[in-house]
Amino acid sequence: MKYSANSVWENKDEYDVIVIGAGHAGCEAALACARLGFRTLVFTVSVDSIALMPCNPNIGGSSKGHLVKEVDALGGEMGKVIDQTFIQSKMLNQSKGPAVHSLRAQADKASYSRVMRNVLENQENLEIKQMEVTELLTEDVLQGDEVRKRIIGVRTYSGAVYSCQAVVLCTGTYLKSRCIYGDVSTQTGPNGLQSANYLTESLQQLGISMYRFKTGTPARIDKRSIDFTKMEEQKGDEKIVPFSFTTNPEDVQIDQVSCWLTYTNERTHQIIRDNLDRSPLYSGMIEGTGPRYCPSIEDKVVKFADKNRHQVFIEPEGLDTNEMYVGGMSSSLPEDVQYEMYRSVPGLENAKIIRNAYAIEYDCIDARQLKSTLEFKSVDGLFSGGQFNGSSGYEEAAAQGLVAGINAARKLQGKEGIVIDRSEGYIGVLIDDLVTKESREPYRMMTSRAEYRLLLRQDNADLRLTKLGHEVGLIEEERYQNLLEKEQQIQQEIERVESVYVGNTQEVQELLKEFGSTPLVSGASLADLIRRPELSYELLAPIDKSRPKLREDVIEQVNINIKYAGYIKRQQKQVEQFKKLEKKKIPSDINYEEVQSLRIEAKQKLSQIRPASIGQASRISGVSPADISVLLVYLEGRGK
Amino acid sequence: MKKDTIAAISTGMTNSGIGIVRISGEEAFDIIDKIYKGKKQPSTVESHTIHYGFIVDEEHTVDEVLVSVLHAPRTFTGENTVEINCHGGTYVVKKVLETVIKYGARPAEPGEFTKRAFLNGKMDLSQAEAVIDVIQAQSEYALQSSVSQLQGSVKHKIQAIREKILYHTAFIETALDDPEHISVDGYGDTLYQAVEEVLEEIKLLIRSSDDGRILKEGIQTVIVGKPNAGKSSLLNVLSGHDRAIVTDIAGTTRDILEEQIQLQGLSLNIIDTAGIRETEDIIERMGVERAKEYANRADLVIWVIDASCPFDESDEEILELISDKKSVILLNKIDLNVMTSKEYLLCKLNSLSDNSNELEIPIIEISVKEERGISELEEVIQHMFFEGEISFNDEVYITNIRQKAALQAAEESLVRVMESIENQMPEDFYSIDLMDAYESLGNITGETIGEDLVNEIFSKFCMGK
Repeated sequence: MKYSANSVWENKDEYDVIVIGAGHAGCEAALACARLGFRTLVFTVSVDSIALMPCNPNIGGSSKGHLVKEVDALGGEMGKVIDQTFIQSKMLNQSKGPAVHSLRAQADKASYSRVMRNVLENQENLEIKQMEVTELLTEDVLQGDEVRKRIIGVRTYSGAVYSCQAVVLCTGTYLKSRCIYGDVSTQTGPNGLQSANYLTESLQQLGISMYRFKTGTPARIDKRSIDFTKMEEQKGDEKIVPFSFTTNPEDVQIDQVSCWLTYTNERTHQIIRDNLDRSPLYSGMIEGTGPRYCPSIEDKVVKFADKNRHQVFIEPEGLDTNEMYVGGMSSSLPEDVQYEMYRSVPGLENAKIIRNAYAIEYDCIDARQLKSTLEFKSVDGLFSGGQFNGSSGYEEAAAQGLVAGINAARKLQGKEGIVIDRSEGYIGVLIDDLVTKESREPYRMMTSRAEYRLLLRQDNADLRLTKLGHEVGLIEEERYQNLLEKEQQIQQEIERVESVYVGNTQEVQELLKEFGSTPLVSGASLADLIRRPELSYELLAPIDKSRPKLREDVIEQVNINIKYAGYIKRQQKQVEQFKKLEKKKIPSDINYEEVQSLRIEAKQKLSQIRPASIGQASRISGVSPADISVLLVYLEGRGK
Repeated sequence: MKKDTIAAISTGMTNSGIGIVRISGEEAFDIIDKIYKGKKQPSTVESHTIHYGFIVDEEHTVDEVLVSVLHAPRTFTGENTVEINCHGGTYVVKKVLETVIKYGARPAEPGEFTKRAFLNGKMDLSQAEAVIDVIQAQSEYALQSSVSQLQGSVKHKIQAIREKILYHTAFIETALDDPEHISVDGYGDTLYQAVEEVLEEIKLLIRSSDDGRILKEGIQTVIVGKPNAGKSSLLNVLSGHDRAIVTDIAGTTRDILEEQIQLQGLSLNIIDTAGIRETEDIIERMGVERAKEYANRADLVIWVIDASCPFDESDEEILELISDKKSVILLNKIDLNVMTSKEYLLCKLNSLSDNSNELEIPIIEISVKEERGISELEEVIQHMFFEGEISFNDEVYITNIRQKAALQAAEESLVRVMESIENQMPEDFYSIDLMDAYESLGNITGETIGEDLVNEIFSKFCMGK
């Protein structure tokens, strides 16, 4: 396997941006660049695998749903595509607070892929090329008195050279990937697709350090071989909420397909325990680090030995296929053990496995080599997003791809990159964690990672980010004006219900009684009543005589903002403190060796990560509050 | 780093009798307005002026003070600054600081005033290096001292509490992240009970802060009694040298004197007060009022009675004052003609106590002049403090105000968790305050949150997929 790296054929077509990979990150990155007016070329090892969902057949879920909404609010594509291709939808955590409501949709995988591919194919300025990229081309430029590397193009497996001004790396799980179950191992990407075996070396030559991560997927089983009578049916929501703020809710009220719930049992666990020595995870054949949040069934059985059963969700892969995904039972046990194990689960006694479960290992980077804009600190014009950055999940990938794409475009526009901070979006938390904290496993978004989550709700993603999307140029004027109007209506209505008082009239008391609420002794504002746990904005309609007719999404915001005002205010105060530190920027040319009194560990960590702000510096493990004080003083002195 | 309002005692912690509490930050004037009682509201007065008044915590007067009001930017830190000049010794200064913190300031980090001064451009470049050293030195000192204070039980206790909080938070968070595998419905009841228990432990720690202070700074002891009962003489005998002005004229001791004496391993901070009696003399009157207040806040009250005088109204007043405190009654001048006997006092005490709650105040007959009964007094005090009348809470001590403030912040957060449960808020709201409590407690042990929660989720609970 030797590619013709010495070829001299130069592709003379002019491209501004080259995106490597057309998964969920690559699609968003390529679309963003093309939509911002740059001639964009996206490489993929297989055009048929554009926007492929190689693992679970769903999009969204706790905190991931937030990411999709944010991608949409910024002008990304994922939300729109899933709205057209979902086959079941659920709002998770509905009985909980609004901050943790999370939308999750089962996707028709093939449709999702096809629709996204169609969007790419018809996007102006965007071209697709099926080819493996093998090398990044750079040149040395003198910046001040420092020599820096700058991206000038890529070379492909066929030996062709394409020049460009920026590259976005979105290679997902394809770099030197290896799929494993039992003692079977293939040098392929997911689903037997071709892996990319040369780019790692090129990256290492640029001084970029790599990690090796591992993840896995369960078997797919033939629907006809499953006995659903032994399982619990899991239906979708009656009222479906779309992901995209641009989708008309009426258009998504479709007939839905069910998922099914069953459980493993002691026998399943015994089969697994008896065969642990044949698992590549335990035999040492797999060296990559696996994710703790998405453990294989053998991991669960070993780690949570006291649990006598685990849930198993049977989910359709699409409408036009009999393949069913076995959620909760990803594995890398040998094929014969897989059959025995799956068939021990009620309803799967006669299961026919279409695709075996497998673990996959791949190369990715230590994302602390990136700036918050997702550009490499060491190479100008080189950006990256998605699983390549050490994350996991379609939604995490899309979010990073979008930001990397936007920032590659802004680089060419001569503008500063956008950085969404931790108080503005889950996207901000995701990227900040990736580029700041050391991660030894694929990073998954979680609601507990967002310290200001009360403000980062899925329902207000547009209010948080659409202005930025408009400023960037991905949100059209009409949608922007619509948002401004919504914002104004919310503000006015909040002011109105805060200032309208009702007395203890018979009508009011009767309404309160109806909902089990304490009667009024004296007057109270409508807002006071909305704050009562048993009441809401909508329930007060009969006694609210001057209420204007408002959009449903406006009413939702008014209700949430009033009901949880106390908590929201507290978080806003915390955010103010946080912002002050984020605003204190650290110049990129700082030499930490020169800073007297910094502890050695702090010097090392700071030199390695090179945080952009004092706030980011304070989140690095190994940097103490005393180090931050020293740094503040040093910077202040330097400024004068 | 944060630009919130900070406060600290800015004079050395000696018993010099004068201490300054400095407040700096945007809310400095708001805070002083809330706790200062005087002619004018400090926020309305001109910059760089001094005002006489009192620091009050609701109805309770903390100290009589002089307050300097300094508007930004012409201040040390470049921020709005208030300086409270307190009269009292260490104890009172600390109380003033605690009041300031209670009303919204945060205890300053070591070197934080200096740091702010620097960051606000109040120092020039040449001073920068020095500042770095100061901050560094102070942080290291603070670290050392906090570590030594935390060796053993306090650290373990707080870590145990943190682990409990983290466990419950992680459970809630796991359920929120993976609602289809784990249900948190109805968890409020379990959590309520757990928080109640944790809250009880934290309250114990907060209470122990006073015991910790006792060990570190001594037992705050107040000597009360009518004029010329022999209070100052007693102090002189105990301390071994003439400190208070002792004459035969009633009312000679007009101000409060503070003396630290060692009593076989226990350290007593003895405050001698003006005699309690009706008086028209303004200066003395103030001393009397203060004496009453000191008695109210003291760890131990020693009441000196002149046995050669009849028991009168002033004595009744003192009896009232000490009846609910840890106190010792000294019947002085037993070498003279006894008019008030031990038996008479016992009857008095019994009449005060209701059946359920018998008063057990030791009564010792002494003669300060002949130094009779002094060793008995020492034994009694030792006995009181070592035999558990003042509990030391299993040797768990919280010794500094910063730690106490952090505990109080944790307490507040946990109370909010309980309120949220009572108000039937959704479960995700609980974890917000739980994590705040976790962070506050971490400030005591020097541990930050980092990836704790995520690690706990993964290690304790099985997530799906």
